[in-house]
Amino acid sequence: MKIIKDNHIVDNGWHYIAEHDPLSTGDITVSLARWESEKAQLLNHTGKLGVRLVPGDAVAALAQDLNSIQLIELDFPDLADGRLFSLAWLLRGRYGYQGEIRATGRYVAEQVYYLSRVGVNAFAPQKQEDLPAIQACLSDFSVSYQPSIN
Amino acid sequence: MYRYNEIDQRLVDERVAQFRKQTERFLKGELSEDEFRPLRLRNGLYVQIHAPMLRVAGPYGLLNSKQIRKLAHIARKYDKNYCHFTTRQNIQYNWPKLEEVPDILEELASVQMHAIQTSGNCMRNTTSDHLAGVCVDEIEDPRPYCEIIRQWTTLHPEFDYLPRKFKIAVSGSQRDRAATQFHDIGLHLVKNETGEVGFRVLIGGGLGRTPVIGQVIKPYLEQQHLLSYLEAILRIYNLFGRRDNKYKARIKILVRETGLEKFNAMVEAEWQLIKDGMELSAERVAAVKTHFTPPPYEADADQNISFAEQLANNKAFATWYKYNTARHKMPGYQAVYLSLKAPDTPPGDMTDQQLDAVADLADQYSFGEIRVTHRQNLVFSDVKQGDLFALWQQLDGLKLATPNIGTATDMICCPGLDFCSLANAGSIGIAKEINAALDDMDYLHDIGELKINMSGCMNGCAHQSVGHIGILGVDKKGVEWYQITLGGSSENEAAIGERLGPAVAKHEVTNTITTILDVYVKQRLDDEPFLDMVNRVGIAPFKERVYENN
Repeated sequence: MKIIKDNHIVDNGWHYIAEHDPLSTGDITVSLARWESEKAQLLNHTGKLGVRLVPGDAVAALAQDLNSIQLIELDFPDLADGRLFSLAWLLRGRYGYQGEIRATGRYVAEQVYYLSRVGVNAFAPQKQEDLPAIQACLSDFSVSYQPSIN
Repeated sequence: MYRYNEIDQRLVDERVAQFRKQTERFLKGELSEDEFRPLRLRNGLYVQIHAPMLRVAGPYGLLNSKQIRKLAHIARKYDKNYCHFTTRQNIQYNWPKLEEVPDILEELASVQMHAIQTSGNCMRNTTSDHLAGVCVDEIEDPRPYCEIIRQWTTLHPEFDYLPRKFKIAVSGSQRDRAATQFHDIGLHLVKNETGEVGFRVLIGGGLGRTPVIGQVIKPYLEQQHLLSYLEAILRIYNLFGRRDNKYKARIKILVRETGLEKFNAMVEAEWQLIKDGMELSAERVAAVKTHFTPPPYEADADQNISFAEQLANNKAFATWYKYNTARHKMPGYQAVYLSLKAPDTPPGDMTDQQLDAVADLADQYSFGEIRVTHRQNLVFSDVKQGDLFALWQQLDGLKLATPNIGTATDMICCPGLDFCSLANAGSIGIAKEINAALDDMDYLHDIGELKINMSGCMNGCAHQSVGHIGILGVDKKGVEWYQITLGGSSENEAAIGERLGPAVAKHEVTNTITTILDVYVKQRLDDEPFLDMVNRVGIAPFKERVYENN
């Protein structure tokens, strides 16, 4: 599967670890609940670590761990759930997270300009054929009225 | 008024291009109806009974003559020769074609207008006092702050997918003409002990299904913190507002369920973390204020002799002057209301010909500016006394001089069943009937100040819960019924109307209203206004008469 990262189409090398699946080798993502319950074990993992967040998650819970996390996925259950926009802003603006923030799930290309402004720098499409639309929508606007992350 | 610079223009142009692309993607089937809906809503486009409905933003109610001519042109070319002015100072078209909406938006952008965020669960058009900058009771002109808020809210990347819609109103006068106590955030310009001007901030007001009067969350906010404070409120709302039930998703419910004290503490904690990083500079405020400097008033405007004679000799003119003009801070000037409540016209509607004529009159008599009021009328804010007679004659010829501003027939009314897919009731038809029953101007003027607000459904677009008399259409097993409330107000003495009794049948609405007025006329003290009397005697005497035969 390909994604867009920092405005380029690249391969996704990450493995999605479902809630009750064993951890695999390589670069893996887990839910916030699993991160919290298996943190010690995860910190000894040899590959890179990613945490998947959903709208109700409190990012403050991750604040102390951000240096150990290379990817945070914001998983949209529904394109209308705007909480993830604030979670992205908090991760970048308040907690200074420098790693990758990736939008996943049920968002649409038309939202990626806003997502990029609040600090999301990678986009996993729902369908591979959405990639060109996502890339095009990243430059929907060349001006903005208010400060945000970007 | 505010004039776009290159950045403002580029932003609306790029928005048009973006929506054109989105519409094409939808029409090609690349976006589903569910995916396209929030996108079109954020460009003012609803799907209604007959056709899409397009809502165009009237930024805090200010328009110029060129924009009014453009609205006329759009009505002619893309719609059925009319448009509708709303209670949030916006403009609606009822018959556009979806595939033509990008062209309409392009036409609007050519005159510095847009339809951005006029619907959808986002921050909406900021509203304000239609007499801003000219009224006699002003603390400070709210328009520069409205413009600063307009820019901040427009395409805000973090707050475009809120739990529910979000409305901000700003008032700068003693008398609140912007219903700030019934907005998600109400801002009132106030002076502190040292004479500096800042904001009193109200939170969680609103109408609709659950009318709530806003509560003070900050008695005094320094100007430089305006945007950081708004951002703190919006972030808390975006993160914690309910998304499980759209009827419980407005910020008023979050405030109620959290409790004002705790909600305040959450906002305060957030604000402390951001306030120093995003101060509004005095230079920025000053720069925006240069867009709202007074027009070149004539110093001798009050020296006109003919005006006094015209008033004395022409009773119809004198009546119009009394009801349809308002005092102006400059001697020799008046603000003039154009009544969009002629007896045979749906409240708030205007034809393309009226719009064109109004644009010409605004150029001739009021520095080319037009304002939209939240009671669905227009205002020429700066008319010389010596011009009033000529203006009145021309407005009369256009059916825009019905001397009924502030009276029973100056009704706020939603489009109702005729146009809206949410409505239970044909509000426009009822308004027409009430109008016909109150066609005696002397009686109307004897009744005096009276605000009747009528909504066709619980969503309350016409603010029925704050009408002195509120009328709400409800559906009972497929039949239209109407609930009547008394004693509401959206002004300083904010109140939510009390229900008179069981809903009345459609054919009894007009009779019920005239009965209520009859009770008022018989029981009022001297020149006691309707609302004062209701507050004095309560609803009992009205209830007794209305339901006496049941």
